[in-house]
Amino acid sequence: MNELLEILSDLHPEVDFATATDLVDGGILDSFDIVSLISEINEEFDVTIGASELTPENFNSAEAIYALIKEKLDDED
Amino acid sequence: MQNNVLDYLEGSLQRVPDKIAYADDQVELSFADVKRIMDSVGTGLLNKGCNREPVIVFMKKSPNTIATFFGVINAGCYYVPIDSEMPATRINLILDNCKPRVIICDDSTIDIANDFDYKADIVLFSEISQTAADVQALAQVRKRTIDTDPIYIVFTSGSTGVPKGVCACHRSVIDYIEQLSETLGFNEDTVFGNQTPLYFDACLKELYPTLKFGATTYLIPHSYFMFPIKLVEYINEHNINTVCWVVSALTMISAFATFDTVVPHTLKTIAFGSEVFPIKQFRLWRAAVPEAKFFNLYGPTEGTGMCCYYPVEREFADDEVIPVGFPFKNTEILLLKEDNTLAKQGEQGEICIRGTSVTLGYYNNPEKTSEAYVQNPLNTAYPEIIYRTGDMGHINERGELVFHSRKDFQIKHMGHRIELGEIEANVNLVPEIKLSGCIYAKEQGKIVLYYVGDITEGDLIKALKSKLPRYMLPNKVNRLEEMPFTANGKIDRVTLTNMYNKK
Repeated sequence: MNELLEILSDLHPEVDFATATDLVDGGILDSFDIVSLISEINEEFDVTIGASELTPENFNSAEAIYALIKEKLDDED
Repeated sequence: MQNNVLDYLEGSLQRVPDKIAYADDQVELSFADVKRIMDSVGTGLLNKGCNREPVIVFMKKSPNTIATFFGVINAGCYYVPIDSEMPATRINLILDNCKPRVIICDDSTIDIANDFDYKADIVLFSEISQTAADVQALAQVRKRTIDTDPIYIVFTSGSTGVPKGVCACHRSVIDYIEQLSETLGFNEDTVFGNQTPLYFDACLKELYPTLKFGATTYLIPHSYFMFPIKLVEYINEHNINTVCWVVSALTMISAFATFDTVVPHTLKTIAFGSEVFPIKQFRLWRAAVPEAKFFNLYGPTEGTGMCCYYPVEREFADDEVIPVGFPFKNTEILLLKEDNTLAKQGEQGEICIRGTSVTLGYYNNPEKTSEAYVQNPLNTAYPEIIYRTGDMGHINERGELVFHSRKDFQIKHMGHRIELGEIEANVNLVPEIKLSGCIYAKEQGKIVLYYVGDITEGDLIKALKSKLPRYMLPNKVNRLEEMPFTANGKIDRVTLTNMYNKK
């Protein structure tokens, strides 16, 4: 989770990602952010996020994003 | 001869008055609706005494905004679109430059407008669009309008921190729409899916051909561009057959393997521009929609929309760059070398535009205008203005124009044209900042800012948000103890670039 928070605050140092729950709905992350975020996640966690997982629900909070990463990691095991 | 862009509406209004012209997920306007709004807004402005002057349109992206643009033109004035995503500092600079008397707002922007330092007559769209149309007065205005009268001013990044307002007239827009429509094959059955914001000239591609042909434009909600499957489903649901998007919007779809799930099978014409399309991503697109025609478009705002096109038909190697191709009919590209002579085939030169497509200049800015809108150095016989783009290019062995690089520190980032100098100028306005240097990491597509000063990275970004539009905010911010300098005392961007690459 800490690695993810670091990636996120690198994107937007001004946002408190530990508490924010409206990253997409509140317009904090835009499409450019999502693209860089996914490539950073891919590098850091070695998981590939596909188009079908790109939904507003999966990206509204750091927790939701982390849950998605964990699910992908568990699937691979 | 047609001398007013609004003449485009006449034929469509006769043929298909009730067809949808512009729609988003909240508003649908038929051609008859567009005419009604345009006449009401036009009359409303005439009633206020507006005459050949800039009128600010400060509304959220909507079909109503487009009809309001036409209303402004209908009053013989020119529209200046601004957007609530623009930071207050930038809006103030634009208002200072245009000195408008009237600002047209909607419910979502009126509170912001009331807070502007600059004071103008603020009118609500919901009110001005109810004005009873004065058909005679509007006809009088139409009669005395000539095709070199301005119709819009759109603002582009300026290296000193002050945005420049590019001012275009009826004639250059008509020229552009005619050539673009012929080349890309627009017609009455064209259904556009618009991606670009309304406050740039990029949206000319959809707005005016829709009027001309009685076609339809859907304004795709911004949020769809984060979620590729939803986006492609939207295209298919609305039978969208033509898109003119920035490259990053297209590659977002292909890079996430969206085509494994859903294919935009309705698309027939796919135009893109403003950036290099990575060949790997391009191949994915061509494989997904093999029947579609692909066009690379190129051109600066100062040349009215786009000025060159390239139908992508042949195969390209992985490391090859898709050419920008050929100028539209009625436009010539001059490739000028440092000594103002023409570059030969294979030689590099600055891309200069000659023709009706060259816009009028930067509004209220003779100094910047005279730097870029210059006498054609190859013609000493009579006045002839060409536009120097600052882009370097060459003609390849197939006779196609290929873009190379910039002469200065202008960059293209996610389809937006940005002067790194404008970012630095705004960073330097933050009181704690002592020095700043900005570079563009092309490969990673990131704007990287280095600074010296007593402020955290987070607080600096927070401060910048009120000054710079979102797409100009640095993607990486790094605080330094000392700024590297070159031997002659300039900020050393090469060292900064190396520092970034080492990280």
